[in-house]
Amino acid sequence: MANITKEEIRKPENLVYKKTDLLTDKALSYCPGCGHGTAHRIVMEVLEEMDIQDKTIGIAPVGCSVLAYDFMNIDMQQAAHGRAPALATAVKRLHPDKFVFTYQGDGDLAAIGTAETIHACNRGENIVIIFINNGIYGMTGGQMAPTTLPGMKSSTSPYGRDVQTMGNPLRITELIAQLPGTIFVTRQAVHTPAHVRKAKKAVRKAFENQKLNKGLSFVEIVSNCNSGWKMTPLKSNEWMVDNMFPYYPLGDIKVNE
Amino acid sequence: MAKVVGDIVIDIEKCKGCSVCIPACPQDVIALSKNVNGKGYNYAESINDECTGCTNCAIVCPDGVITVYRKKVE
Repeated sequence: MANITKEEIRKPENLVYKKTDLLTDKALSYCPGCGHGTAHRIVMEVLEEMDIQDKTIGIAPVGCSVLAYDFMNIDMQQAAHGRAPALATAVKRLHPDKFVFTYQGDGDLAAIGTAETIHACNRGENIVIIFINNGIYGMTGGQMAPTTLPGMKSSTSPYGRDVQTMGNPLRITELIAQLPGTIFVTRQAVHTPAHVRKAKKAVRKAFENQKLNKGLSFVEIVSNCNSGWKMTPLKSNEWMVDNMFPYYPLGDIKVNE
Repeated sequence: MAKVVGDIVIDIEKCKGCSVCIPACPQDVIALSKNVNGKGYNYAESINDECTGCTNCAIVCPDGVITVYRKKVE
């Protein structure tokens, strides 16, 4: 190490990792440490590796990731709140040769869009749904979502979620795994390098399924919301491991070959 | 024996100082700077020469600001 300079290492032929060109140079609008950025990147890396970026249409949701079309350098549409699976159905049926995916948060997919999600999954539309679950409405100021954990504080449950009056957290991923239309249902996370690699493999499998016209693949990514949870990014990741993972266990829920 | 040396380049203006990369580094190469960037964040910086180019920091970086190089030395 003593006789090699940084300039000798920083040469194009030694490059092993750089941000994919499918993400624009625009600075992401997410809070520091938010899992959305990593999730965006793994989806774009999978499209690049499969070389299908010219044939892919993404559907952006309403929520923190509403501006996903500004960051993902592919063809995108933005749907009304919760309606991304319905829009994706239309796009896929009109363009069956294209790859179609939706990218949705828990407020979008598991609250206002529950009907669209369940019916698109039940019909077995040949699309990919990427679902980011952080247990809170991040964009509007940390309100309680259907996925908020029991006892978890949010701006509309300041004393913690009381399941007697506010209901139980919704495990929508387990719910849709029951439906015959889904082919691959999995839950992943992106807070450590190992989890990012696993999540990327899951996203890759989901797009491979779509290539083979197998049916709907659903990838949930449990993520943090450090602003909404009022923690530092590292603290929020620890809190996620200690509290979110016991309720939302990681792993494949349904794999049909 | 062949040895691998690596180096990282951080786009400090885009770094938000979330420090997710710091525990991801097995060689403890990264730390937050005392200086701030244009957005007012204490950005991440490389503090020693122990980098092996494993790319762990780059793949967890939510903002994708880290570029990794790796070279084999004979």
